Amino acid sequence: MKKKFLKVGFITLIMLPLLAMAAKDETNWNNVLKSQYFSGIIIEESDNVIEIEAPYRAEDPALVPVKIRSKIKQTKDRYIKKLTVFVDKNPFPFVGEFEFTPETGRADLAMRVRVNSYSYIRAVAEMNDGKFYMTKKFVKASGGCSAPIGADLDTAMKRLGKMKFKMDKGIKEGEPALTQLLISHPNITGMQMDQVTRFIRKSHFVDKVKVTFDGKPVLTAKIDIAISADPNFRFYFVPNKKGELKAEFSDTSCESPTRRDMCTSGKSYSTSYIVNP
Amino acid sequence: MRFLFLLCTLLIIQNAHAVKALSITKVAQGVYVHFGKHEMPNKINHGAIANIGFIIGGSCVAVIDTGGNPEQGFALKKAIVKITDKPVCYVINTHVHPDHIYGNIAFKSDKVKFIGHNKLARAMSTRGQYYIDKAADQLNIKLTEKNIIPPDIPVKKKLTIDLGGRKLTINAHPTAHTDNDITVFDRKTQTLWMSDLLFLEHLPVIDGSLLGWLTELNKLEKKTYKIVIPGHGPVVTDWPKSLKLEKKYLQILLTEIREMIKQGKFLEEAIKKVGYSERKKWKLFDQFHKKNVTAAFAELEWED
Repeated sequence: MKKKFLKVGFITLIMLPLLAMAAKDETNWNNVLKSQYFSGIIIEESDNVIEIEAPYRAEDPALVPVKIRSKIKQTKDRYIKKLTVFVDKNPFPFVGEFEFTPETGRADLAMRVRVNSYSYIRAVAEMNDGKFYMTKKFVKASGGCSAPIGADLDTAMKRLGKMKFKMDKGIKEGEPALTQLLISHPNITGMQMDQVTRFIRKSHFVDKVKVTFDGKPVLTAKIDIAISADPNFRFYFVPNKKGELKAEFSDTSCESPTRRDMCTSGKSYSTSYIVNP
Repeated sequence: MRFLFLLCTLLIIQNAHAVKALSITKVAQGVYVHFGKHEMPNKINHGAIANIGFIIGGSCVAVIDTGGNPEQGFALKKAIVKITDKPVCYVINTHVHPDHIYGNIAFKSDKVKFIGHNKLARAMSTRGQYYIDKAADQLNIKLTEKNIIPPDIPVKKKLTIDLGGRKLTINAHPTAHTDNDITVFDRKTQTLWMSDLLFLEHLPVIDGSLLGWLTELNKLEKKTYKIVIPGHGPVVTDWPKSLKLEKKYLQILLTEIREMIKQGKFLEEAIKKVGYSERKKWKLFDQFHKKNVTAAFAELEWED
């Protein structure tokens, strides 16, 4: 009997560090990210304004579908001004910040992200009245940032810059319309390269995306390497008449995967799509 | 405690020196295969899960894939020495995946030329660090850059090598299972070493292009081979009948995902719905299918 206890004790001892590693750890948010991005701001943790949908266990860590669902309507009086998204444990946790307007109709946002280790994905909503709400979801995935560049790199490089809008056929005037924007870009994290044949470790990714309808902003985003290759966004806007939906993006190249002080601006691309509700 | 430590040390030392010869099967005259088990690469099998082997010619031996860890490479080397006194002159890596290349170090020598796809070196380079980190984490094996050995002879389209009265034709394929697949054809026995372009029993894994893979399969389907060796699964002698299941699985992914994209459905839904009619026909379906759907969806949404 005594022997058995000893054995259990021993196993527990071995397991302890493993358990700690797998625990839902929030130290990076509490100690670093919060003060870095929201210094002096009170953030209320609540699922009443926004909520995150993501798979608990991600099948492909380099392409994890994440959806932020807003629970309030975008009105002139009360609306979500900005969503900021993080993957706590990524080498560069900042995923992006996304600005909305009352014309967005609904501040829902779906995208595909890279998750490098078991981590919380968190989103902070900044309201027009100056309040902040935060929600989070734990995701089990690993290796998303250093995972191989899109399987067919040559095809990806050839297609770089191409964009597509996709919308449902039955768009109704004055009602929020679900819109999908596909951007072709390998979004190289710079962590995929290694020293075996002396490839340079350099990141090359989409850093800014702007969507407008007849010149008015619908979605303005500043994004980073945590966005998967071929960035894909779904969002809403309210088409109140026939008009031009336009997307523009630019990319950048940085010397290090995790520092943003040595970057060179890349090219800009744009596409447009006529919406006729 | 000290005794235990000593015992462990002894075991490790013994292990390092006494590598057992790998179990191999003769599938044709001079053609030998070690058959991998259908398992996920893990800390117990240390990534040794693929079919690997060698072909013996009149003057020397060509190794085709070296295994999922260095030890398996050494075990394969031992198996070769047991069967023939001819030296190894070529190591052919069929593609970049760890279960096929991690034994390379066992054969590294001035007398051995490594052969691989034109794009293999780049794939090794871009994936190398990730693979090395993952090997420690998930396979419990220690690797360094030295274990990732790029080809001395890159093959852009076709290469014929002579093992002494035995010619092997190496074909470099456009992107299919990966972007660096090659197959090896032994004229003497009309054997095609297809490696991971053919999966039997083990669910096919897409890490290149679904469309590209189907294109290559359509070409290979029209050819005649006496024996075909898959990267995972048993050797077959009924080509092209043995291709049917894999082709069907890939074709279903293509048809169903295209239809979903056409209907304006999203990736999240495709992952839940596409391809489950094939579930019972494959091993490791639950481990790889959703990832396949994800990869195929990301590819097909750019089709038009």
